[in-house]
Amino acid sequence: MAPSLVVLSTAVSYILLAAAISISSSPPVPEDGIRVISAEKRIDLTSPVVKVFLTLKVENDATAPEASQVLLAFTPTEVEHLAIVKATRAEGKRKKKIYVPLSIKASDIAALPNGARLYSVLLSSPLKPSEVTTLEVFYALTHSLEPFPAEITQSDPQLVYYRDSAVLLSPYHVMEQATYIKMPSNSVESFTRVDPTSRAGNEVKYGTYSNQIPNSYLPILVHYENNHPFAVVEELVRNVEISHWGSVQITEQYKLKHGGARHKGVFSRLEYQSRPSISGVSSFKNLLVRLPPRVHSVYYRDEIGNISSSHLRSDSHKSELEIEPRYPLFGGWHCTFTIGYGLPLQDFLFESDDGRRYLNLTFGCPLLDTVVNDLTIKVVLPEGSKNPQALVPFLLEQYFETSYSYLDVVGRTTVVLKKKNVVGEHNVPFQVYYEFNPIFMLAEPLMLISAVFLFFVACIAYLHMDLSIGKS
Amino acid sequence: MASAALDSLPAPLRSLRLKTKQQELLVRVSALALIYVLAFVIRLFSVLRYESMIHEFDPYFNYRTTLFLSEHGFSEFWNWFDSESWYPLGRVVGGTLFPGLMVTAALLHRLLRALSLAVHIREVCVLTAPFFAANTTLVAYAFGREIWDSGAGLVAAALIAVCPGYISRSVAGSYDNEGVAIFALLLTFYLFVRAVNTGSLAWALASAFGYFYMVSAWGGYVFIINLLPLYVLVLLITGRYSQRLYVAYNCMYVLGMLLAMQIRFVGFQHVQSGEHMAAMGVFFLLQVFFFLDWVKYLLNDTRLFKSFLRITLTCVITVGTLALGIGTASGYISPWTGRFYSLLDPTYAKDHIPIIASVSEHQPTAWSSFMFDFHILLFLFPAGLYFCFKRLSDATIFVVMYGLTSMYFAGVMVRLILVAAPAVCLISAIAASATIKNLTTLIRTKSKSPQTVSAKATGSKAAAKGAVDQSLPFQQNAAIVLLLGAFYLLSRYAVHCTWVTSEAYSSPSIVLAARGHNGGRVIFDDYREAYYWLRQNTPPDAKIMSWWDYGYQITAMGNRTVIVDNNTWNNTHIATVGRAMSSYEDEAYEIMQSLDVNYVLVVFGGVTGYSSDDINKFLWMVRIGGGVFPVIKEPDYLVNGEYRVDKGASPKMLNCLMYKLCYYRFGELTTEYGKPPGYDRVRGVEIGNKDIKLEYLEEAFTTSNWIVRIYKVKPPKNRS
Repeated sequence: MAPSLVVLSTAVSYILLAAAISISSSPPVPEDGIRVISAEKRIDLTSPVVKVFLTLKVENDATAPEASQVLLAFTPTEVEHLAIVKATRAEGKRKKKIYVPLSIKASDIAALPNGARLYSVLLSSPLKPSEVTTLEVFYALTHSLEPFPAEITQSDPQLVYYRDSAVLLSPYHVMEQATYIKMPSNSVESFTRVDPTSRAGNEVKYGTYSNQIPNSYLPILVHYENNHPFAVVEELVRNVEISHWGSVQITEQYKLKHGGARHKGVFSRLEYQSRPSISGVSSFKNLLVRLPPRVHSVYYRDEIGNISSSHLRSDSHKSELEIEPRYPLFGGWHCTFTIGYGLPLQDFLFESDDGRRYLNLTFGCPLLDTVVNDLTIKVVLPEGSKNPQALVPFLLEQYFETSYSYLDVVGRTTVVLKKKNVVGEHNVPFQVYYEFNPIFMLAEPLMLISAVFLFFVACIAYLHMDLSIGKS
Repeated sequence: MASAALDSLPAPLRSLRLKTKQQELLVRVSALALIYVLAFVIRLFSVLRYESMIHEFDPYFNYRTTLFLSEHGFSEFWNWFDSESWYPLGRVVGGTLFPGLMVTAALLHRLLRALSLAVHIREVCVLTAPFFAANTTLVAYAFGREIWDSGAGLVAAALIAVCPGYISRSVAGSYDNEGVAIFALLLTFYLFVRAVNTGSLAWALASAFGYFYMVSAWGGYVFIINLLPLYVLVLLITGRYSQRLYVAYNCMYVLGMLLAMQIRFVGFQHVQSGEHMAAMGVFFLLQVFFFLDWVKYLLNDTRLFKSFLRITLTCVITVGTLALGIGTASGYISPWTGRFYSLLDPTYAKDHIPIIASVSEHQPTAWSSFMFDFHILLFLFPAGLYFCFKRLSDATIFVVMYGLTSMYFAGVMVRLILVAAPAVCLISAIAASATIKNLTTLIRTKSKSPQTVSAKATGSKAAAKGAVDQSLPFQQNAAIVLLLGAFYLLSRYAVHCTWVTSEAYSSPSIVLAARGHNGGRVIFDDYREAYYWLRQNTPPDAKIMSWWDYGYQITAMGNRTVIVDNNTWNNTHIATVGRAMSSYEDEAYEIMQSLDVNYVLVVFGGVTGYSSDDINKFLWMVRIGGGVFPVIKEPDYLVNGEYRVDKGASPKMLNCLMYKLCYYRFGELTTEYGKPPGYDRVRGVEIGNKDIKLEYLEEAFTTSNWIVRIYKVKPPKNRS
């Protein structure tokens, strides 16, 4: 209980601070005259990843200059757990309405007084004075549901806390705003009331609130049941090896954990087998991996050998691999495994106009409904490749190294991409460009041929030599 | 036909035609190459049927140590103190193992790495045994050629390549000492026989190194160090003493002994242990023999020499007996070990060392398993002995002695069939090769006069056995029939071997496979499920108590500390575990507390019908526990001398720890349709105690088929 109290109190101090500052002086940022006419925040709490859909109707003040960006504010905890932010802008009228994706970057404007960080949405066309536009913002937060109680037995359901603000945290004036929280089931233990608050089935509505001053924050706490598998991949290393002889070989090493409430006490197989509906409801025993079509030589194993419980279904659009870890995962249990598969080269390797080759592969984690804390993708280029360059649509850590495999002499150039906090929305294509001379393909076969040839030469030489010292 | 085709070729190509000798060489080399490949490939059934994995129990220890060796280097390995086993005692691994296997695999791995082949050490370990089995066929060929002729060598190589007795312990994944040791054993014997035949120091030296490799690989080297002196003794007695023998044995013994002392596990046993004294005695005997020979030559007088002989022999025997007596009495020379005794006296282990008797591979061999492992070799063996005696030489005497002694040992212990396999193959090969050779000679001489035929057929077994009368005209036909019969038998042998390998000897025993209702294959992977659970979800310093069978697997796959394991070096420690398993829960709790046990692992087959589980092994736990702690009495667990788990079982049985852990909440489970809940499918009874309450332990994990059950030992209660 103690830590959550602390968080609450700090949240309270934020509001006080915000209120104090807003009274004493006008907000330091932003200088432009944007205000939010109406805002709707829909929070989806059905899965372990918190998904927030924000609809903002913003207006530029008649007297203000043209605005090229709109700022979004996140609390420090949110920033820490923020996996992805996306924004689109609705353009055109009524039926011709299209959504234009906008780019987002962390704003360099100094932190707000309450510690909130700003992200700026760069508008496709500047917002003229007294113009109104609608922005759709989506963001996902990982590890934002805190299991409470933190330890449960096999027969208990899993309850979690979710903390947020009833009102929209924004550097602008918000004229009218409502927050909807959707939960997986009707079993909601409790939720903070900030009137007007209402609950209908599995949805709690906060608001509508009107005329909120900038940087307002009203902490709320929702305590509800969430038995969705909290599958967390603590570490995932994907090794992509390109062979110009016709195959892309991918090896994925997973460190999986059940990130929900910790299991305590007895694990009874009898209960688990005979009463699956009430025993171990928050545990999970299988996972779905979505793989590209025409995948071949799939394996699923761990340090001590093959894991025989997996099924592969494939059609022309996708392949689905259903894997079962060796044992069902209860809260806090770990499990590591490796999945490997081969892909036909022509589906993923292309030649660009400037003669370079590029690999086009999906980023992220092929396991559905999971959060990856640490993702490393290593693209091992064939021996003799030059000038590698990776093109990924978001920021990440990137460096090169050399790896050695079968019959390598100089080693293979490897592009290493690292990213933290990866969710399903990161499964977008990325490219690795490199230069490669096809003559290098022949290096290894030639090596083998010459080795066999030398062996025969040695045999012939040996048969024709007389090494004895004296005649016997 | 080939030659006819060649004849029609133009002149320049005709020069490519091979001479008969070259043709023979080509056929021989390609046959040998095929046999080599066959020996390797037939052992891959286990990889095909299951996967590339380490099998059974001991190989897991070998794999773990090999991993350690390849990661930390030899010096670390040699000085490795393993605190993960035999808690709290630990084990000095470097000093208590035969490093030959691990060093071999690590070197192979390093070699492949140097050739830039990125193979995992596990694959190297899995394929070590098949690789060495393939090498054994080459040695068998050379050996066969040495004792008989190259034809017999080829047949020996072919027979040993697929002999089930050898395959049983050298399939892919069976990463055990025997895998390389049989190669080393046969190599040592071959080099020694070669040394005896040639009298060359170089071959004797080579055989000493072969012996060194054998010593580094397997405890079975004791067989060599006893068989060779016995062989020398037999040669001496039969008047076959020669300078060649003197050179071969002395060089081999002295150098082999010095080299063997470098293995820490063996140390000074060659001069201190009773099992090695025969070799030393024969060594001195040879010197005396040589000395006498020399004196005889010098004196050149029979009467004088006889008196000298009498004096010398008396002196030598007195000194020898005295030395042996004093050595034994002072404890300098250790007496024979239990294992050695149990070889000489099959009933010894049963009465004195239950821990040896409890292992299934130490049981006396049944006739059926001889038949299963040798098939037609069992009939060819005596025939081969006959041929050997017909053409007696130093080499055939050796192989006869090797065959007879190893056959005896194979009869005493199931696992020693392995040692007999090469000898049986060699001797059978002589029989098969000689018979077929005789028969083909008969057929070939068809056109010649009957006189020549009979002359050539004299002494041939086929002629005698087939009752082919010289006057009868059916000689060739009979020979053809017999030849076809021989081919039929040999092909049956090949079929049998393939079948045995694929059906019986390729199971890893970690993964169990069964046929489902619809004929599909059902895999029970419970062992690895449990071990992996231990590895991932228990504290890294957790101590696991289980029966010793699973110790190696828990440390290798579960990566956790165990109380006892398959090394079985400390009987008291094992007995303590046996005592805990056979006590009531509260008494067991005290024992477990004293051993710092965190988890208890039991293997239970009642749900699936897996019969080698802990309930079936339980009597051995009681026996071994009772052997050290008299509080445990076997009759307490029996009812009228009968071992049972149902309602009629003794109260002690129904409430001991092992029973409770195996059957905890089993009474609520229906295992078979139409049977009451709590029906044990292995024992075929409804269990006697369905209401089991655990006070000091709690169920921590049970695998999906209930084969492995793990319990957590609760911490002591707080004092209120």
